[in-house]
This record gives sequence, C-alpha cells and structure tokens, in this order.
Amino acid sequence: MTLSSICTRYDYVYCVLRFYEVDIMSLTRRTVIKNTAVAGLAAMVGLPKLLLAAWPENAFKAKSMEDALTALLGTTESEQGDIVIKAPEIAENGAVVPITVTSNIANTESISIIVPHNPQPLVASFDLKDSEPFVSVRIKMAKTSDIVALVKSGDQLFKTAKEVKVTIGGCGG
Amino acid sequence: MAETIKIRAKSTDDIVTVKVLVTHPMETGTRKDSRTNKLVPAHFIKEIKAEAHGKVVFHANTGAGVARNPYFAFKFKGASPGDSIKISWIDNQGNVDSREAVIK
Repeated sequence: MTLSSICTRYDYVYCVLRFYEVDIMSLTRRTVIKNTAVAGLAAMVGLPKLLLAAWPENAFKAKSMEDALTALLGTTESEQGDIVIKAPEIAENGAVVPITVTSNIANTESISIIVPHNPQPLVASFDLKDSEPFVSVRIKMAKTSDIVALVKSGDQLFKTAKEVKVTIGGCGG
Repeated sequence: MAETIKIRAKSTDDIVTVKVLVTHPMETGTRKDSRTNKLVPAHFIKEIKAEAHGKVVFHANTGAGVARNPYFAFKFKGASPGDSIKISWIDNQGNVDSREAVIK
C-alpha cells in the first residue's frame, strides 16, 4: 500500500499521519525523508508527538454516523459480517453500558464502535492489528439506539448492529 | 496525580487478557453543572495504548462516548507470565498518565 493510494480515500492530513504511524516501523529514515509529504508533516508536528497526534478529530466531532465513518474510514459502504456484540437488552442507566465486541472475521485490523443516536456517534476506534479481535468497553448512550460495530479487514468493512433499550440517558440529559 | 490506572493482566493458553480501569471524568462538554448552570468543559481520554516488549499491542482512539471511569479489556498474544505491560493514556486537555503491571 502506498501513500498516494490511500490518501485519495482519506482526509489528507489525517491520512498521512495515519500512514506514517502504521508504517513507521517499516520505513527507514531515508525513505521518510524522500517522501516530502511525510517529511514535511513530520517536521511540522515533531516526531515524538506524532504517535499521539493522529486522533481523528473530525470523525469524533461528526454529528451523524455517515460523517463519522467517512472521516474515520473513508467510506460508508459495509457488509454484514460475523461480529458478535454482547450488550444488555435493556440498559437501565445509559451512562454506563457495558459491551463486548468479538470479531470472527479473519485479519481484523480495527473495531470501531458507533452509537448512531448519540450526539457524537463515534464512541471509540480500536486498532487491533497486534491483538486478538476482541474488545470490551463501557459506553454512554443518550437514548435507545442500535450499537454498531464496524470491523476493518484489509480494504473491506463489515458491520453488525444490536439494539439496546435505554431507560435513563447518559449524555448530558 | 494519584494513580489513575488499574491493570489486571492474566495469561492463559498463550493469550494474555488485559483489563484496564482508568479514573477519569470523561466529560462530553455538553453537560450543565446543576449548581452554576454553566457547561462543564469537555474532558475525556483521547487515546489509550498498551505496550509489551516495547511494542504497541493495543491502541484505541476514544471520544466522550466512553463512559466515566472507562473500562477496557483486550487480548493479545506474544507475552508470558512475568512480562510487564505498560498502559498509557492522554486526554484532550493534555494530561497523561501511564502505569506498568506484571502479567500473571
């Protein structure tokens, strides 16, 4: 995968950071400097901060699931996949909803959790390239909504949704 | 800052299960303080990562949709009992914390 091929699909600055972070191990210093885009950006941001600089602000600030997906993954197209979401049928308190997501998809690179009816739908995005395709987290839910788990595997995106009924909202209400 | 991270890491059948509990308010920035009637500023963890053997084994970008005092659990391969694991987080106000624990 080259920089230019993925950068056509992502927000450019975030993408360069992302690319740099992902491939930082495999790139030698020399190839980094050869690549002017990356080198310029690295100089701007500063190398030590770079790992923590890739937080996808646009994706987290997005007000709809589609915007969040476009900002985070560059596409909204996804297929139904073999992903298991474990969450309560009814959450009494929307401020704390424990969920567990397990992906049975080969080569799971990341799991993103989205609650479409939250004011800021994107909850978290987990990079799981070097870990098992499993994650457990406690999230907030403003009201009864689906929980959508998206798995990125290579160039493909898979999703599964599960509805959770919320009796008391957990987002500022 | 007092300790904000609690870690349980247990190795079974070559897979290490890590459970992390972080003490953090995770304010969305849209909640009003009931006494002052002013918005409580956003204050949430942006990134949390785990390192073992100097390699990042788990990394998450998180938003304010994660519940207060966040809990994360994940699994990874390639470490054995006695190895150490380091968890670190950074929030949107620039606070950071990290802690190491030994895998059991």
